Amino acid sequence: MGLRLNLVIGGVLCVLIIAAAVLAPWLAHYNPIMDADLMNAELPPDGQFWFGTDSQGRDVFSRILYGAQVSLTVGIGSQLINTIIGLIFGISAGYFGGWWDDLVSGLTNLMLSIPSLIFALAIMAVLGPGLPSLLIALGLTNWSWTCRIARSSTLSLKSQGYVQAAKTLGYGDARIMATQILPNMIGPVLVIATLGMGDAILSEAALSYLGLGIRPPQPSWGNMLTDARELIVIAPWAAIFPGVAIFLTVLGLNLFGDGLRDWLDPHMRTRRA
Amino acid sequence: MNDCPEPLLRVEDLSVHFPVQGGVFSRSRRLLRAVNNVSLSLNKGECLSVVGESGCGKSTLALSIVGLQAPTSGAIYFEGKPITGTVQPSRMGRAQMAQIVFQDPYASLNPRQTVFTSLAAPLRLHGIEAGEVEGRVEEMMRLVGLKPDQAKRFPHEFSGGQRQRIGIARALVLNPRVVVLDEPVSALDVSIRAQIINLLLELKERLELSYIMISHDLSVVEHMSDRVAVMYFGQIVETGPWNSIFDNPTHPYTRRLIGAIPDPFAELAGTSLVDEASAPPPPAGFDFYPKEFGKHDVYSLPPPSQLVAIDVDHHVRLVPAH
Repeated sequence: MGLRLNLVIGGVLCVLIIAAAVLAPWLAHYNPIMDADLMNAELPPDGQFWFGTDSQGRDVFSRILYGAQVSLTVGIGSQLINTIIGLIFGISAGYFGGWWDDLVSGLTNLMLSIPSLIFALAIMAVLGPGLPSLLIALGLTNWSWTCRIARSSTLSLKSQGYVQAAKTLGYGDARIMATQILPNMIGPVLVIATLGMGDAILSEAALSYLGLGIRPPQPSWGNMLTDARELIVIAPWAAIFPGVAIFLTVLGLNLFGDGLRDWLDPHMRTRRA
Repeated sequence: MNDCPEPLLRVEDLSVHFPVQGGVFSRSRRLLRAVNNVSLSLNKGECLSVVGESGCGKSTLALSIVGLQAPTSGAIYFEGKPITGTVQPSRMGRAQMAQIVFQDPYASLNPRQTVFTSLAAPLRLHGIEAGEVEGRVEEMMRLVGLKPDQAKRFPHEFSGGQRQRIGIARALVLNPRVVVLDEPVSALDVSIRAQIINLLLELKERLELSYIMISHDLSVVEHMSDRVAVMYFGQIVETGPWNSIFDNPTHPYTRRLIGAIPDPFAELAGTSLVDEASAPPPPAGFDFYPKEFGKHDVYSLPPPSQLVAIDVDHHVRLVPAH
């Protein structure tokens, strides 16, 4: 079976972003915060400053590399929280049904009716800016889709013969949910989680742009855009490059998520001894 | 009914009713009466077949026996001890009493577990020592006619017949006493059916199993059963030894079922068992129900009736004549 094109392109983009984040200390020519020199402010891209410099004379390339660390941490961390919450609520609601299902479904619908960015904004306003608050705010506001997918998958899976057989063989409910139901919904859940990572990175950028996320001078793609906004006519590169970074990351995650869904189809798997 | 003091499994007056919601805003809750006051017993080493058309409640009955469906009323006894209601044993305790083989071999195996895992996990769960698990899985694979090294494969690498063999192995891995076969061959190719039927018969002898087989395929029933119970709209309408049922079907519904078996010779001779004129009349004071098929609906209680013995161990459901 050939690898799918979307998986390859998405995978390459994701690997590039991860490499940028991990290798930032070695790849960056300048310190993203300390190397500010107003003599070098607003320089266009050249051999020395690959992506130009911003209003403070800092190297945009170096700041984008360090910004990738923030974006990835927020994307992965918040989606981890979202996925765990969504899975626990969704699987248990679908499996047990009854009043618990009504409660969880109601809560899910409530969450879906509030724009998640507004909800995250409210949480950030309470917790204050910073990375931990970002993780909490974005991790608590975007689990509804995972929950819905998990619930509906559970509903269809629990009538399957192997789930019924597990009951007659003496498996407890928790073990059935963990070994018979959860592994069979990994595909769609991973897809949702990957796509959600893109959303989380966009939300982080939006919150940081609004001054509620990562505080300057620490670089994040969102607050870099805030800085660049005032001089978008004189130094467009300071806005374009963080924008392109966000675009490529979200695109890569979306393509990867799509490709993952096809690849995880169990019929394409062969023997694993 | 039996000389045997206590049958292995006894179903007593079992009813399963499902509440059906009328609609989103409707408060009316009707009851779908899937199983109505069914009583039957299974002796050790016996194969009891429950036959009837789809929707007659036979699968619900099967699920109740293995504990996957709680009965609305009535009880099930295993070796004289009740296994339903408030006194029912835990899932772990129940596992060695009855297991089930499902109809669809494609939905009955976890696609993300190797066959080895599917067979070994229940053994580990029941405290079989790690060293013995592998040998037991190997033994099970051989028992159902598969190679032990095939156990490391995933279900999608097997054909339908092989999957059904794995399903049988999983049902037998904990050494249950009773195996419920829910249409065990109806999803398989006709060419594979005989193999699976013979395997089931062989395993029954070797492991001293007792079967309850749910089926609508009377040619399979004829081949496997010792006794037959005919179900119609949630009730047993006729029950008896298989030869008595096949030679002397008495209830009009049983006659229709048996008449529906394609028989090229009867076709040539122009005769048919459905011939109403040759039907035996009901015993004095009783009547068959229903006069017309399909007049029943699953939401209403069936008319009051009783099972009347017409031969040794051969009972027919009759309604008192007015």
